Amino acid sequence: MNFYDKDIVSIRDLDRKQIEEILKVSEKMVPYAKGEKRAKVLEGKILGNLFFEPSTRTRLSFESAAHRLGVDVIDVSEMSMTAISKGETLADTIRMVDAYCDLIVLRHPHEGAARLAAKFSDNPVINAGDGAGSHPTQTLLDLFTIKRAKKRIDGLNIVIVGDLKYGRTVHSLVDALTLFGANLTFVAPETLQMPDDNIKHITEKGSKPKLTDRLEDAIPNADVLYVTRIQKERFPDPSEYNKVAGMYRIDNAMLREAKKDLVVLHPLPRIDEIAPEVDDTSHAKYFEQAFNGIPVRMALLYMILGGEGL
Amino acid sequence: MIEIKVAPIRNGTVIDHITAGQALNVLKILGVNEYNIDSTISVLIRVPSKKDDVGGWKDVVKVEDRELDPKTVDKIALIAPCATIVIIRDYSVAEKKRVNLAPAVSGLVRCSNPNCITNKNEPVDPEFDVISKEPPTLRCKYCDRTLSKISENLI
Repeated sequence: MNFYDKDIVSIRDLDRKQIEEILKVSEKMVPYAKGEKRAKVLEGKILGNLFFEPSTRTRLSFESAAHRLGVDVIDVSEMSMTAISKGETLADTIRMVDAYCDLIVLRHPHEGAARLAAKFSDNPVINAGDGAGSHPTQTLLDLFTIKRAKKRIDGLNIVIVGDLKYGRTVHSLVDALTLFGANLTFVAPETLQMPDDNIKHITEKGSKPKLTDRLEDAIPNADVLYVTRIQKERFPDPSEYNKVAGMYRIDNAMLREAKKDLVVLHPLPRIDEIAPEVDDTSHAKYFEQAFNGIPVRMALLYMILGGEGL
Repeated sequence: MIEIKVAPIRNGTVIDHITAGQALNVLKILGVNEYNIDSTISVLIRVPSKKDDVGGWKDVVKVEDRELDPKTVDKIALIAPCATIVIIRDYSVAEKKRVNLAPAVSGLVRCSNPNCITNKNEPVDPEFDVISKEPPTLRCKYCDRTLSKISENLI
């Protein structure tokens, strides 16, 4: 599969082989991502970083990935200063930025924005999150983290807990985990459980997800525990939020029944879903996960912009 | 069974084998309102049908003095995938064809997700993949959501 000049809009556009290829190249990028080796193989290329929504990790890691490979980055740091605030369409903004760079990275509050951008841009577009839609590069780095920690993805028992209804990272993730034949368990209160649409999609692809609201029942069998943030603003009643947030708080007591080699992941930022005491255990892999954003995004830039020699 | 008779029309279109209960939505697609109606339209709702694929019951709409453009026929296919369009000229059947739901549709229906980029004044037509013909089920090519209630989102 040649990724040169390809858009990365949704994880559903990729098959298992293509994902495996990206993970393979990501592995090669690790020493460069750490700064142990240097490779300015994409010197002269320009990346347009368009973030229409606040983001720290995704935005910084794309920038860092670009710099590691010698790619220059142009961006808009204050959307209120631009023509967008004057009512310019996204289509026009994209056509303009397309003329200024070789690849566009887009984060946008509306679902489908990246697909639209890819339509109007001659240069490739990478979706860095569109509304409650998809976030394919986060998924790729999640898969990369699981693969590195467990050496495989097939057949793993993966428990996903938190806001599964609105959390965009989990929707892309479950699609991809289904391609790899992982056993999925979704833990959430009924109001925040995985949407029917998503369940239907993965069931058609052969997944048989288990749905529950009891985290303690799911932990003993889990190989991977993927924790997401429950957003306070989703609850009209703060006491209801406190109750739910308390139920799904991961601390060492909660992990007492867990397998020794259980891996705990979180896309971050965390608020209080994972107690700081867990950070010091061998289960905690979420900071490594955050680092993995760099080699994975480097791999994508390298493959899409036609890098050679690594 | 009670025999139902509606007078034959001289010129116009008979939309037959409409999924029972969808006749009023077909009228909506035809754009019928008090300002533009100057010929007879007959509407039959839930009448027995010999055709199996409509489940024994159907609706029928007869529009006099009008032949439908392809876009209108495509819209009808979205809510009544088994419908047949019969064009009548001078009391005889001039043409008869079944509506055909294409694998993808564009510009006929809007996305039911209010946060979809196609609902935000961008210069694009909403586009959908047809993931099932019976019942018609559409998935937005932009936001990936399955469209709920096609008839309420017709453009």
